[in-house]
Amino acid sequence: MTALVANAGPSRWWRSRTVRRFTSHHLALLGVAMITLLTLACVFGPHLLPYDSLYIDLRARFSPPLTGDHYLGTDPLGRDVAARLFMAGRTSLLVAFFAMLLSTLIGTLVGVIAGYRGGWIGAALMRTVDGFLSFPSIFLLLALAAALKPSPAMVTVIVAVTSWMEVARIVEAEVRSLREREFVLAGRMLGLSGAHIMFREVLPNAVGPIIVAATLTVAHAILLEAYISFLGYGIQPPLPSWGNMLEGAQQYLDSAPWLAIIPGAAITMAVTSFNFIGDGLRDALDVRDDRV
Amino acid sequence: MRGFLLNRLSQSLILLLIVSVIGFLVLNLLPGGPLAQFGLDPGMTQDDLERLKEQLGLNRPLLIQYLDWAWRLLQGDWGHSFRDGAPVLAVIGRHVLATLLLMGTSTAIAIAIGTWIGIRGATHRYSLFDHVATVGAMVALSIPTFWFGLVGIYIFSLQLGWLPAGNMYTIGDGSVLNYLHHLILPSIVLSLVHVAIWSRYMRTAMLDAISQDFVNTARAKGLSERRVIMKHVVGNALLPMITLAGVQLPSILTGALVTETVFTWPGMGRLFLDSLGYSDYPVVMGLLMFSAILVILGNLIADIAVAIVDPRIRLG
Repeated sequence: MTALVANAGPSRWWRSRTVRRFTSHHLALLGVAMITLLTLACVFGPHLLPYDSLYIDLRARFSPPLTGDHYLGTDPLGRDVAARLFMAGRTSLLVAFFAMLLSTLIGTLVGVIAGYRGGWIGAALMRTVDGFLSFPSIFLLLALAAALKPSPAMVTVIVAVTSWMEVARIVEAEVRSLREREFVLAGRMLGLSGAHIMFREVLPNAVGPIIVAATLTVAHAILLEAYISFLGYGIQPPLPSWGNMLEGAQQYLDSAPWLAIIPGAAITMAVTSFNFIGDGLRDALDVRDDRV
Repeated sequence: MRGFLLNRLSQSLILLLIVSVIGFLVLNLLPGGPLAQFGLDPGMTQDDLERLKEQLGLNRPLLIQYLDWAWRLLQGDWGHSFRDGAPVLAVIGRHVLATLLLMGTSTAIAIAIGTWIGIRGATHRYSLFDHVATVGAMVALSIPTFWFGLVGIYIFSLQLGWLPAGNMYTIGDGSVLNYLHHLILPSIVLSLVHVAIWSRYMRTAMLDAISQDFVNTARAKGLSERRVIMKHVVGNALLPMITLAGVQLPSILTGALVTETVFTWPGMGRLFLDSLGYSDYPVVMGLLMFSAILVILGNLIADIAVAIVDPRIRLG
């Protein structure tokens, strides 16, 4: 958010061009509304619902949505799907959020160093980025998840380790183009250290693209967590996540389709929100980008 | 052209080297490392394991081990599956065609539909169609592939009964029609994301091409608008799409893995998951390396293809 603030000075930042452009972007606002709603539901929902997410009621197994107090039905153990959905949302959104922070940190570090240093260090770092991009991300994710114990923290790390490359590329390109600008030369003449110039002088100019990339990374991280948890190598039950709620849903597809449809709809809603917000931020922050 | 080829080839080789280092590091992260296969044997004692370590040279420095491992990869010795002792490359070979069939079909679908949407979006910019396509693409990119597959199975297999819910063919029926019937749903599911990506890029490339001088020249020659668009603009817009096809390879492979799981399609993705389930690490590692090599090769081919079609690249 610093960029939004920085554009218009300390007062009345909310009237800046960036904010105005963002708030006139209908999809972005829709995204903000959807993700706010979803987050509020995940935070407060479990306290408002009559059932606990772990409460097993074998007499009420496979209740379809809207039976009694089970608004979204129950699962094969008779647990309330709504309660589980919101608890799962906490896990999935937190994992995605921290994975975004970590991958943005890694990507920014690699990108700044590669872009500012250049030379063989820069080349080696960027070829490593290409190397990571050559693996289909899910193969790498699953191999790592199988190798390391998949606790929520570890899933976060694994997702971050396989999704920092985009940010690194963006930051590297940005920093490389800024490297020869006058203010950097001025910094060198003043005798500022390389690290100071890199992180205090050059990096703040690349904040716009980083914010956009980070927003899209949240969307990507939600999907990746869902993929590996769906396949049984991510977040482990009994801790629910949107991905692992779908694990096993396929065998009940005929008799209890809501078990598959509901968590997937939540994932789609969350990911769509972040993609919309990212699109709005890209327009508002004037980030040129050839990607979708 | 020769300089260009050499340049691209050497870049691919460097990439291969880096990929192999990453692969080697992952291999050493796996439980039991390269010895995992023997750790599963109940008759194996700790002493035996130590002796094996000695024999296999696992107490040597990591660098030497890496070189040894990489050398054997180069010679085609990718180890043996824990499950049936078959050479890893042969196991992968049995599954690669199914995956390529699925990927090829869905890529063809994605290119056909994506190109059409992109062209229409660019020629009717800011029309209702363009807006729907833009929003639709963003939503399509947000749908988890496996969930889209489940919904597809629910609607078209379970409710309507039009299409099979899984497998590549019905046992006992090897007709082409039967294969095609099984191919429809998974390839459409896999293509969704790529239709979205392809249409967005195509639209951008079209708009780039439309604003170029040669388009005005073509119009000035008195060509019909339709001819200008179809011949001059689309032709040029398709060029960067070749590169895109290469760049998209890893994500298509990722999508294929997930799709294969949902549709019990006997390809590389299915094999990868089965092997993980059996802790069959040589096959897991083999697939990891194989897919990365496939991606690097795909990108190299795409680069060469672009250079053949577009002289600006190989000369510039």
